[in-house]
Amino acid sequence: MNAVRTTCPYCGVGCGVLATPEGAVRGDPAHPANQGRLCSKGTALGETLDLPGRLLHPEVDGKRASWDAALDAVAEGFRRALAEHGPEGIALYVSGQLLTEDYYAANKLAKGFLGTGNIDSNSRLCMASAVAGHRRAFGEDLVPGVYEDLELADLVVLVGSNLAWCHPVLFQRLMAAKAARPAMRIVVVDPRRTATCEGADLHLPIAPGGDVALFNALLRHLHARGHRSDAPGLDAALAAAPGETGLDPVALATFLDWFAGTPRTVTLFSQGANQSSAGTDKANAIINCHLLSGRIGLPGAGPFSITGQPNAMGGREVGALANMLAGHLDWSRPEEVAALREFWSAPAIAPGPGLKAVDLFRVAAEGRIGALWVMATNPAVSMPDVDSVRAALRRLPCLVASDVTRESDTMDLARIRLPALGWGEKDGTVTNSERVISRQRGFRPWPGEARPDWWIVSQVARRLGWGDSFAWAGPADIFREHAAVTGLARPAERVFDISGLAGLSDAEYAALAPTRWPVARRGAQGGRLAPAARFVATPFRPPAHEISTDYPLRLLTGRLRDQWHTMTRTGPVPRLMAHWPEPTVTLHPEGAPPEGSLARIESRWGQAVLRVRHDPGQAPGTGFVPMHWTDRFAPPARVNAAVNPAVDPVSGQPELKHTPVRVTPVAMAWHGFVLARRALGTDLAAWSALLPAAEGVWRHELAGVDAPAAAFAGLRALVAEPDAAWVLLEDPAAGLHRAALLRDGRLLAVVFLGPDHALPARDWLVSLFAGDAIGSAARRCLLAGAPAEGPAPSPTICVCHGVSAAAILGCGGTSVAAVGEATRAGTGCGSCRPEIAALLDSAPPAAHIPKDGSGSRQEYAATLVD
Amino acid sequence: MRILVVGAGPAGTRCAARVAERVRGASVTLAGAEPTLPYDRVALSKLLAGEARAEDLITHRLAALRDLGIAYRPGIAIAALDRAAGEAVTARGDRLAYDRLVLALGSAAIRLPLPGAGLPGVVLYRDMADVRAMLRAAQDRGRAVVIGGGLLGLEAAVGLAARGMRVTVVHAVDWPMERQLDAMAGGLLATRLGTRGIRFAMPASSMAVEGTERATGVRLSDGSVLPADLVVMAVGIRPQAALAREAGLPVNRGILVDDAMRTADPAIYAVGECAEHRGRCVGLVAPALEQAEVAARAIAGEAAAWAPRADAAALKVSGTAVWSAGDIADSAAESIVLRDEAEERYRRLLLRDGRLVGAVLYGDTADAGFYLDLITTRRPVAGLRPLLAFGPAFAREAA
Repeated sequence: MNAVRTTCPYCGVGCGVLATPEGAVRGDPAHPANQGRLCSKGTALGETLDLPGRLLHPEVDGKRASWDAALDAVAEGFRRALAEHGPEGIALYVSGQLLTEDYYAANKLAKGFLGTGNIDSNSRLCMASAVAGHRRAFGEDLVPGVYEDLELADLVVLVGSNLAWCHPVLFQRLMAAKAARPAMRIVVVDPRRTATCEGADLHLPIAPGGDVALFNALLRHLHARGHRSDAPGLDAALAAAPGETGLDPVALATFLDWFAGTPRTVTLFSQGANQSSAGTDKANAIINCHLLSGRIGLPGAGPFSITGQPNAMGGREVGALANMLAGHLDWSRPEEVAALREFWSAPAIAPGPGLKAVDLFRVAAEGRIGALWVMATNPAVSMPDVDSVRAALRRLPCLVASDVTRESDTMDLARIRLPALGWGEKDGTVTNSERVISRQRGFRPWPGEARPDWWIVSQVARRLGWGDSFAWAGPADIFREHAAVTGLARPAERVFDISGLAGLSDAEYAALAPTRWPVARRGAQGGRLAPAARFVATPFRPPAHEISTDYPLRLLTGRLRDQWHTMTRTGPVPRLMAHWPEPTVTLHPEGAPPEGSLARIESRWGQAVLRVRHDPGQAPGTGFVPMHWTDRFAPPARVNAAVNPAVDPVSGQPELKHTPVRVTPVAMAWHGFVLARRALGTDLAAWSALLPAAEGVWRHELAGVDAPAAAFAGLRALVAEPDAAWVLLEDPAAGLHRAALLRDGRLLAVVFLGPDHALPARDWLVSLFAGDAIGSAARRCLLAGAPAEGPAPSPTICVCHGVSAAAILGCGGTSVAAVGEATRAGTGCGSCRPEIAALLDSAPPAAHIPKDGSGSRQEYAATLVD
Repeated sequence: MRILVVGAGPAGTRCAARVAERVRGASVTLAGAEPTLPYDRVALSKLLAGEARAEDLITHRLAALRDLGIAYRPGIAIAALDRAAGEAVTARGDRLAYDRLVLALGSAAIRLPLPGAGLPGVVLYRDMADVRAMLRAAQDRGRAVVIGGGLLGLEAAVGLAARGMRVTVVHAVDWPMERQLDAMAGGLLATRLGTRGIRFAMPASSMAVEGTERATGVRLSDGSVLPADLVVMAVGIRPQAALAREAGLPVNRGILVDDAMRTADPAIYAVGECAEHRGRCVGLVAPALEQAEVAARAIAGEAAAWAPRADAAALKVSGTAVWSAGDIADSAAESIVLRDEAEERYRRLLLRDGRLVGAVLYGDTADAGFYLDLITTRRPVAGLRPLLAFGPAFAREAA
């Protein structure tokens, strides 16, 4: 068919995608990142094309406006803020969702013409520490390795990375390599026993924030084993305070020996390392070890930062972080600033770095920002201490938000709303974590009045009088300009140079194949990098805020396999919600409130109320909460309200992986849920979460403090419809109230209330919404919440093929491969294979563990060869 | 041994048959007040509604009774007992001697002492003759007022409506069949009967039957008059105990009996609706038949004792199955209610101290046995409470 080659908009792996306008999506076999694979999120991309709640027209002050009026309002807002506060009083907060061209335009407007360094990207929350670590070690933000190194390595160390969930395709490549070469070893350094551990040879459950201590110990060990280096700074690095890892000495020693004895070692690190008040030190502690062992830029060896967003790297390239200029040019070198000023014809170019995200919103809260433009991101959910950030957003005289969706918490607060193009519509480039520039191509018509971000930026610039500097006809113009900027540093030693692409014709740009930088000359292609490096001393520091008797538990936040960021794209897709359909706090079972009950997570900064989930793999003394939930879906579950705003002193990256909290059970008068054919909102009860359950079916998880009978009546009234009839179960003395609303055998709504969280599974009830004719027999047991016969409802494990846990355990297969053959589970995107392996491991051992002691985990690895 | 059974209703006939089987050399006489062969009184509603013919109701043909060894004497009214002589005296003065006497006299329909209650056109609903009188009245269609919204009253109303009469039921309580049904089930039933053209004056009480030559209407306490060509009184029954009382046997509401259904006179038994066992009279055919069996065994010299089970009433009114058991009027009990508006199904379970004490099933009585068992055994049900209303398929598993 007429499939268009484009790139997935989710994580930093940057997979190639073949997509058709009708929404058929498959992996691009020709793309180097994924070679045809896709994960569960990528597979479901077609289901996100018709995003509900799409912003289709500009709005000013809550009313629809013309583009002219809206752009005038933006220009006026910024002009007024400039007049009132100067360049320090205006800001842009942008996103790794932007294409490089959009990013470039925004950065040029801010730093070149508005004259402010105050443009920061949400990449600040993602990999700013890695960037800072790279710059300290290499003098430039460089990722030395390529993905293939993961396959060539004999030892892969995953630090603070739940690769199986967050970068599933890369994880599959790794697993396939291990299956082909079983001698290859994988070590996971993570306080949590994540799905990634299912494929690992060794899990080091490090104390939260203990990574620096681990790599300081490794550095000493390598030195003791005779590794030497001429790079500067080694002595100070060796002398740095070692710190405590909290690890079992035998496990630690095993790791040290494996690392020391394996020349081909890749250390991959991600948010678990970066999101820390010592994030930059973690990056450098890792790089130090690779430097001492001489393992940088070699096949199968190197430190490897993997990013969260599809174009975090592109943002770094154009300088869309407050402390970077453009094209890796450096404020500390006046000749580079001058070169850029001249190139841009921008006399007012910002004199120095601006405010990083956490500082930016703090300053805004103080009333010192007059205008803020948020592009394609949702700081009202994603920032730490987020209630303070919301207060800051409310206080802004001029908050502009451009995005694809009207339905984000930040959009709600914006005075001017601008409809941007989304994935499948916009056109430009992205750069993935291995420095490969890929084209994202449009294959869908532009909806409503939505426009490309770069166009919106250029129109505002024109209104502010800088039209000539933003007079691009399309993304190809911008890309050429961006590529040319990367050559301005010459003759300075600068690795990031794609000036070889500055002469691309429009047609060449349109047809651009995935290209790894540097590309200093036309036709060149980048490879592994082995830049000159220095050691950085990384004395161990504990997390900024330590636990105390009042706040004795360490809260870690992170991601779910099938959700993306603040759910604006993935949240409305039932198939993706099915994997983890409620906001939870995962706790070690010992001493935790009962599974399924509600608990309050409370810190000095705020709180969230979440469903308790037990997991023996969660270290005692820690709790894990997904960061995705928003006011759109679950207002009480916005965990960032509780997360501390401490940042890394170098990178400014917030410490999202360590907040001291306390957990207290939350008593409710009733728990319940409503299934309905429309979303009823998130204010139905004291605790309320809204979840898409199936096509056209919304699930509302509720808990209340009012009288159950009254709440029941209210909820029924909310879903009542003419000519429909109820099936009702009422046991007021026990606090049990259940109702189903039907018309002509078609289920319209279900309302269940009970005195506690012990309510029937929702899956079966949800499945009934698909049928047209619920027969008499089914009506009879509707409110029992389960069929009278047949298997009990069971959670979906394989999203691609809709296979439940019960089906997997009941199929007779004792290995991931056998389960796949019997049920197709795990044979789609493969993201669920670790969970299938864990499920098989958790089943009665006699059922499947071979007598020689080799578990299903090894078999699991062996099944990944396609 | 001469055994005389007085009353040829279901209990009497059953007792006669069993005695004939069990007592060697017995001479069994069954004396019925009605001039008919034994018939199924419960099925009179079918006769009224035109769903059955009179002969379809006959349970025992003469030849069959003869084969059983029973001498059947229809149309015999017993006027008195001569216990000293061991004889029953008929209205015509005949004397029937017995060694053992079984009283299976049933009960009489109550005629309200209203002005005009004796007018022509006012009928009771108890036996074949009453039904024939109603059928004659229904030939001209016209209007009928049924006083009493219990089971019999509703059956009469449904039957008369089926015969083309415009029927209004006058009932003193807010909903019909309040002894078997709670308000919700009663309301559902009233609504359902309403679709068949039966109207209800409820709650309402009848003050008088209007008319001079014959009944023309029923005047209610609010002064309004319901015009009527036929007035049916179905306001309850009274055990037929006068004969026993006059014979000096202890009588309360019914004739007092022990567990073997024996009266104070060891030669005399009482079974069915006329008997009172431990303070209670039965009103349903199933326990009456059990009593008949017990009395027969006792007469045969076997150890026998009747133990009342939880009251369970399985009824079919106008095609709708209803069932109730246990104590359904316990105001201190906790209720679990399950209802389906569209399919007219409803059940209420009453619990006390974590045990099922009563149940009402309307429209779907398939799980009646399960609930009767729970009520009878008093098994704790707290653990299966959320699933209890869905019947054994769900609740057994949880138990």
